[in-house]
Amino acid sequence: MEWIQQLVNGISLGSIYALIALGYTMVYGIIKLINFAHGDVFMLGAFIGFYAISRWEIGFFPALIISMVLCAIIGVIIERVAYKRLRSATRIAALITAIGVSLLIEYTVIFFRGASPEAYPEVLPKSSINILGVNISSISILILAVTIVLMILLQFIVHKTKIGKAMRAVSLDADAARLMGINVDNTISATFAIGSALAGAAGVIFGVYYTRIEPLMGVLPGLKAFIAAVFGGIGSIPGAMVGGLSLGLVETVVSALGFSLWRDAAAFVILILILILKPSGIFGKNTREKV
Amino acid sequence: MLKVNNIDVFYGNIHALKEVSLEVNEGEIVTLIGANGAGKSTLLKTLSGLLKPKKGEVLYQTQQIGGKPAQAIVKVGISHVPEGRRVFSTMSVEENLELGAYLRTDREEIKKDIANVYGLFPILGERRKQPSGTLSGGEQQMLAMGRALMAKPKLLLLDEPSMGLAPLIVKQIFEIIKMVNEKGTTVLLVEQNANMALSIANRAYVIETGKIVLSGTAKELQESEQVKAAYLGGL
Repeated sequence: MEWIQQLVNGISLGSIYALIALGYTMVYGIIKLINFAHGDVFMLGAFIGFYAISRWEIGFFPALIISMVLCAIIGVIIERVAYKRLRSATRIAALITAIGVSLLIEYTVIFFRGASPEAYPEVLPKSSINILGVNISSISILILAVTIVLMILLQFIVHKTKIGKAMRAVSLDADAARLMGINVDNTISATFAIGSALAGAAGVIFGVYYTRIEPLMGVLPGLKAFIAAVFGGIGSIPGAMVGGLSLGLVETVVSALGFSLWRDAAAFVILILILILKPSGIFGKNTREKV
Repeated sequence: MLKVNNIDVFYGNIHALKEVSLEVNEGEIVTLIGANGAGKSTLLKTLSGLLKPKKGEVLYQTQQIGGKPAQAIVKVGISHVPEGRRVFSTMSVEENLELGAYLRTDREEIKKDIANVYGLFPILGERRKQPSGTLSGGEQQMLAMGRALMAKPKLLLLDEPSMGLAPLIVKQIFEIIKMVNEKGTTVLLVEQNANMALSIANRAYVIETGKIVLSGTAKELQESEQVKAAYLGGL
């Protein structure tokens, strides 16, 4: 029954990738920018959660919410300060700026608190539940539950609310959206806010699950979430969810087969294979135009 | 109702409109005809706030609207049906119509107006759940017009509604434009299909390389030798 345990591990890891990948894919969908600073928002989320839990001694859920709110604000500030003025610039200029913002965040954090890792406080009781003879830690189940709730909430926002419809409209055709009376700048900010809040949640979940956080922790999960987004079809929200979960599972399987040193390579092999075989990703749409 | 005074607009480095002036009175259908690249779409984009005039003023009723953001212009009652329809292709017909009413908050009235649009274009009602990208060109044009009407505009800007459509569909679209106008919406219609446009318009302007070169009642222009030679097939 060890494989069920691995499956659970894979889903937990995949949930974290999926939550980060959603921010990548939403921002790409709306302004066609790969926001490489997104992994660092995830790191900031982990640290905000860490300080909230250890300094203010609050529980997991309040810390999760504080982290999501602050990350949403940070995401909006990043967009307004760094990316907004580059809307009409070339895409490569925006991309380089994103890398710059990423480095700025990483080294600002190191400047203020040093590069040493931090051990996440035990905020959730360490118990396990026996399902079909397999012990599954309650943390895994909680992570999965939180991820599912956030994804349902996101689907609801994107499909049923006015701001969600505005986000989809802007990502399809910004000028046509303007003609509807949609404020495109505010809609883009809302997208950054939602994506960053999800990254913040992923940061806290990561901290609780893996218990070790450090200022450069966002780099690799950020890249992998990016791969997950590309795998699912960048710009597609269900794609990011499926992509993230698949990548988590693949990595866990690779580790479980005894190739744990090859885990990171597996993600990049997947990226290379997608780019060769189906660059638009599994949920990627072939853009069609009618004359 | 709408008064454009000597506007200059640049499209990148191109001086697209040169001291253009025109006027639309309440209740009219005014058409702007001209060849490809003459500046027709640029003028509409300036009126709806997608482009900003470098010089000159745009007066709507008594407000100066030149250079204001698009959402402010939708709010005062001007809706723009863009060239090439620009429907939100992966969203359903109904979602497109809802987006047309984005700035309105009167939910019950919005529902009624969606029903009205389906009354005006029954085919849209049949396809309300369908992604709008799967509609035919004519249906997309109807949707783009219905979507603009959802904002309850007093002035409707139409950019090339006949583009790429079969003659029969064009006729149908123009009948609806007339109907919308008779119900009280003022229309500024940009067209390459000068014949069709002049047949429903009260007044018309002719634009060539960014300048208004001729204006008058639709009848006058239909009879003008200059217009006949250049735009009506040289009869």
